[in-house]
Parts: sequence; structure tokens; C-alpha cells
Amino acid sequence: MYVLTNVTKKYEQGKRTVTALKNVSLTIPDGQMVAIQGPTGGGKSTLLQMLGALDRPTDGTVSLGDADLSELGDGRLGRIRAQEIGFVFQGFNLIPTLSALENVETALAPLGVSSADRRERASAALASVGLGDRLGHLPDELSGGQQQRVAIARALVKKPTVLLADEPTGNLDEGTRDEIMDLLEGLWREQGLTLILVTHDTAVARRAQRRLLIKKGALTEVA
Amino acid sequence: MFFTYLRRELAGRRKQTAIVSIGMALAIALVIIVNSVSSGVQLAQASVLGSVYGVGTDVTVTQTPTAPEEGAAAGGRQRFDFGAAEGTTADGTTSVSQSRLDADLGTSTFDATALDTVGAVDNVHAAAATLALRNTTFNGALPGSADMPAAAPTDDAATGAERPEGGPDGAGGSSFDVDSFTVLGLDPGGEAVGPLSAVSLTDGRSLATTDAGTNVAVLDSSYATTASLTTGDTVSIAGTDFTVVGLVSAASADADTAANVYIPLDVAQSLSGLTGQVSSIYVQAASSTDIEQVQADIEAALPAATVNTQADLASSVSGSLANAADLVKNLGLWLSLIVLAAAFLIAILFTISGVTRRTREFGTLKAIGWSNGRIVRQVAGESLVQGLIGGAAGIAVGLLGILVVNLVAPTLTAGATSAATVAGPGGPGGRGFGGAAPAVATSDVVLTAPVTVSVVLLAAGLAVLGGLLAGLVGGWRASRLRPAEALRSIN
Repeated sequence: MYVLTNVTKKYEQGKRTVTALKNVSLTIPDGQMVAIQGPTGGGKSTLLQMLGALDRPTDGTVSLGDADLSELGDGRLGRIRAQEIGFVFQGFNLIPTLSALENVETALAPLGVSSADRRERASAALASVGLGDRLGHLPDELSGGQQQRVAIARALVKKPTVLLADEPTGNLDEGTRDEIMDLLEGLWREQGLTLILVTHDTAVARRAQRRLLIKKGALTEVA
Repeated sequence: MFFTYLRRELAGRRKQTAIVSIGMALAIALVIIVNSVSSGVQLAQASVLGSVYGVGTDVTVTQTPTAPEEGAAAGGRQRFDFGAAEGTTADGTTSVSQSRLDADLGTSTFDATALDTVGAVDNVHAAAATLALRNTTFNGALPGSADMPAAAPTDDAATGAERPEGGPDGAGGSSFDVDSFTVLGLDPGGEAVGPLSAVSLTDGRSLATTDAGTNVAVLDSSYATTASLTTGDTVSIAGTDFTVVGLVSAASADADTAANVYIPLDVAQSLSGLTGQVSSIYVQAASSTDIEQVQADIEAALPAATVNTQADLASSVSGSLANAADLVKNLGLWLSLIVLAAAFLIAILFTISGVTRRTREFGTLKAIGWSNGRIVRQVAGESLVQGLIGGAAGIAVGLLGILVVNLVAPTLTAGATSAATVAGPGGPGGRGFGGAAPAVATSDVVLTAPVTVSVVLLAAGLAVLGGLLAGLVGGWRASRLRPAEALRSIN
């Protein structure tokens, strides 16, 4: 379960200080599917980075289970990301020189999984997203939807408790968008993980159990 | 994962890998070639110096020639004086002959007790003294005194005086011939250090301890050829006949040895009237690390002496070999250092550029849990392999370059002034005959570029160093990327 208490995040931009999050307090129970909406520059991605242990708040606390993400060092945060949090990005962020299988394997490398086990688990993850026949393909040889499926397989292969998706359908056409959302929703239901996605797309947001709106750093619940 | 990722990256970014590797290869090849040619030049210098100073000579001791005292023969000029009754007269022609043995041109002699002083210096392994001399023989034929006119004729027809007769041309003329060769007196039993330590015996035997006090000589084979002498013949030195017991030649076929004739030191001292005098002492240090100490101690013990090490003597090597040495030392060294620095810089800049281009990639890897250490290792590994590829190619190109040098085998001419004259010409060495220049042993030396394991190891070490340096700089840069910032910059 996530618990955010009075989280404020400020950035220095030259001589200017930008407040990306203002006193955000939020609780997300385990297993919930949450959509975060808001205008560009409203603070969506910053909030997602706080939840993903990629950054620390300027003020306030962010807790995931028993871990206070606002206080832990880089090493511990890295281990939490490696074990508990899966990421899906708008631009897929696959490593262009690695095959689909090897891209998925990168998520298991920090966990000390043996080579054979890594290969087996990555193959199974790709099969679960419908890419069992594309293991050796490079990202360039896959469509946008297939690349996002590889990214989802990479996020889920380590069996995380949380899946964070930043505009997961932002670069996809409508048909592919629905396929990816069906996949994400199916995996969420199947694996019981917490799914938090940031989206501009109201159609995508409506599929979530809970919708949040963030505007100028302030968070509100959408009824 | 490490090796898979590394292999994919290097294969996937061939252009960068090729540029970094080629740069490194050129630098490594240049370092190998310059290093090898430098070794070859040093060997050539050692060969030239060895023909003059002997193998294993670390230090030479000489004495700087001083200006002659007032009243003394200017510049040690040689004189031949003949009394009225000297010579043999036959058929109206008087033949005179005189042979002199003096200290060689530009050579200053000093007390032989210096050898004991040198021998007592710490870490002196061996020492030997020599006396460099020059034998000059004057042969002349002139009209007999009975044939010489009493006074200069004024008018042959008027006085009725007879035309002069006799002499080599039968008309009262004269003819003179001067022969000169160098003689080196040395300890007949001391072959371990000194000029004879570098020579090869081509005929007969070398001097032995039992030859002390006897009139035996060993000849330089080149001189023996020109003088039509061989083992068993006799050679006249200062009017004394010496039996030729052996012939020697320099290690290099084209080089001459240090002197034309070698005789026992005590005999040389006696014949030249330089009893108890020597002109050079050859010193071998106990180890190469002792040379500086030995030099300093001898300088302290013999303040008037000039003490040179092999490094000092190397500067006396002249000719195209010296030019090659200068070229290697100056241009080659700096060029290889500049290219090496450029290759390292290129490798570092490309690695940094690669890290910058892969910000998204490293941000993503950090987001999925990769530690800084794992990312640094990955970047360093990639750079190291690029360096090793460049190193392997560089070693291959370098060895090819060395092969070319050895196939071309350029011949360099070299001259080395002997120890006795290194101290400086212009002393009492001026000669009436026999040339006014110091004795310089000249020879042709074939330049070879030896390949040593140390050169190959040096090249491999530089390749590893270059790769690691670039990798560590790149890895440090990658480790400083904050995952949130790395992702924010592209999302």
C-alpha cells in the first residue's frame, strides 16, 4: 500500500523554483487500479516518479509497505525498484541493440537470477503478452504495439507488486491502445498487482477503479 | 547478461567501435614501432661503442689533454733527427729510417696507479688500463754527402761544375715515405673488460698473461689486410720487431676495432718511454644500478680525470646513426605520445558521447533496478573490449611495421671517437705526420628493430589502460545520471 503524506516537490530551474507537487496526500491500497489524469506540466509524471522510487520529495513522506521511500538511500531504492516495481513508459524505452528476449531479461539481471532461469522466465513473460514467436526480434523489427508488449513483459517478468505506466498508450493508435489496455487490465486482474497509470486519454482513465486529477501540483479525486 | 549486452552493444554500434579501435590501434602500433626502432638504435649504438670500448664497459676514465708547457715541443709535434753518420750509403744514395712510438693524437697519459685507485672503488667489478699510441715510421733516401754540391751553383757553363748525382732519381733528388698506425698497449690477460672484449679472434690467438714483457702483437684484421701481414709475420714498432700472434676483427663486419695493433701494456710503456703511464681505464660496474655511484666515486678519487659512462659516450656516436637516434628520441617519442594521448582522448570522448546518447537507456535500466556499479561495469567493459580490439590490431600493425623495417634493414653510418680523444682534441696530439684529426672508428651499422615481449606487453598494457580510462570516465558519467532526470529528459 502506498501512503503519501503532504508531499511537496520543488525543482530549481535557473533562478526560478518550480513547485511540481503541492502538499499531496494520498493512499493507494494494494491491488487497486488507479488512473492519474491532468494537463501537461501539471505534475503527473513527477507524482509517478515519487511512487516509483525514482526521486525523493522535497517535503513530506512516501511509503510503500514498510519502506519510507523519502528516506532510503539510492542503493535501497534501487533494490525496491528491482524487486517490487515494474515500469511501462510511453516511448517503450527498449534497448535497441538487444532482442525482445534479452530486453525482458534485463529486468532479472539485478535479481541474481541464473542465466537459464532468466531465459525461461523471460520467454514465458513474452508468451504471456502474445510475443512467444518474437523472442529474437530487435525492437526495430517490432511494431509500436509489440514493443509496448515487450515493455510490459519486462515490467512483469519479475512479478512486482506495483506496475507504474506512464502514458502506456500515448504512442499507439486507437486499436492498439485498446489491445494494450485489455492486456494491462487482464494482467492486473490475473496477478492482483497495484496498477497506477498516467494518461491523457479519458477513455483509458475510465477503465480504472479510481481516477485522480492533478493540476498545478494539486491532487483531487474524480468522482 | 554482461557479456550478451556487451557483445550486442559493440556489434550494434560498429561505427563507434571501429573509430575507437582504429585510433587505439594506430597509437599502439606507433608506440611498438618507435619503441622497437629505439631499441634497434640503442643496439646499433652499443655495437659501435662496443667496437671501441669493449663489451661490458660501463665507465671509462681518461685525462683531459693540457696545453704543452713553454719550451716543450709545440703540440707534441713529432721530430725525426738524423746524425751525419746515420743511414747507409750505397751507389751514392743514403737511406735513413727511423721509427717513433708516441702517445696517440689528442691523448693525455696519466699515472698507472690510477688503476689501483679505480679498482678500490666500491662496486667496481673489473677494470683494465690501456695506453693509446701511434707508431710513425720515417723512411727516406737522399743523395750521399759526396754527391752534394759544396755551394749553390751560379752558372754551370761558366764555372764548369758538374751536375749532382746520386739520390733515388740519380740526379741528387730525395724521396721520403711516412707510415703511421695506431698501437694499443693493454693488459695481455685482461680480456674481460676493455677493447679486446668486443672483438672476434679470426686467426691465431689473442694476447695471454704470459705475453707480458714479450714482443708479440695482435693485429686488427682490416689493418693486417692493408699492410699485407698475417699471423707469424713480424711488424716493426719503434724499430723493434714484434711477432704477429693473432688477428682480430670487430663484431660488426664493417667496423674497425679500436686500434691497428695490440701489444702488451708494459712493452708499450717501455718502447714509448711512457713507463708507468696509461691513457684510459675501462671499468665494469658490479651492476647497472651502480654505474652512477661508481662514476661519482671515481670522479671524487681522481679529480683530474674525465669519467664517462656509456650514456655519455653514446653522445660521441656520430653519423646517420646519431641522426636516427635523434629522430627516434625526439620526433618518434613525441609523435607516439601525441597519437597515444589523442587515441585515449578519442576513446574517452566517444565513450562520454555514447553515454550521453544512451541517457534514456541508462535511465531505464536504473528505473528497473540496475545499480550504478552494474552500469559502470557495463560501460567500462565495453570500452575495455574496444581498447583490447584496438590493442590487438595495433600489435598486428606494429609487428608488420617492424617486419618492414627489418626487411628494409636501413644501413646507417656511425662514428665513435675513442675514449682517449673524447676528452677533447687540441692537446699534445698534433702530429707532423699521420693526420691531425682525432681517431674516429667509423662503421656501417644495419638498423634492426627487435621485437621483445616487453614491447608487446607494453602495447597490451596501454590498450587496457586506454580502454579502462575511457570506460571509467564514461561509467562515472553514467553513474551520475539521476534516473528521474534521465527519464524526464526524454518523456
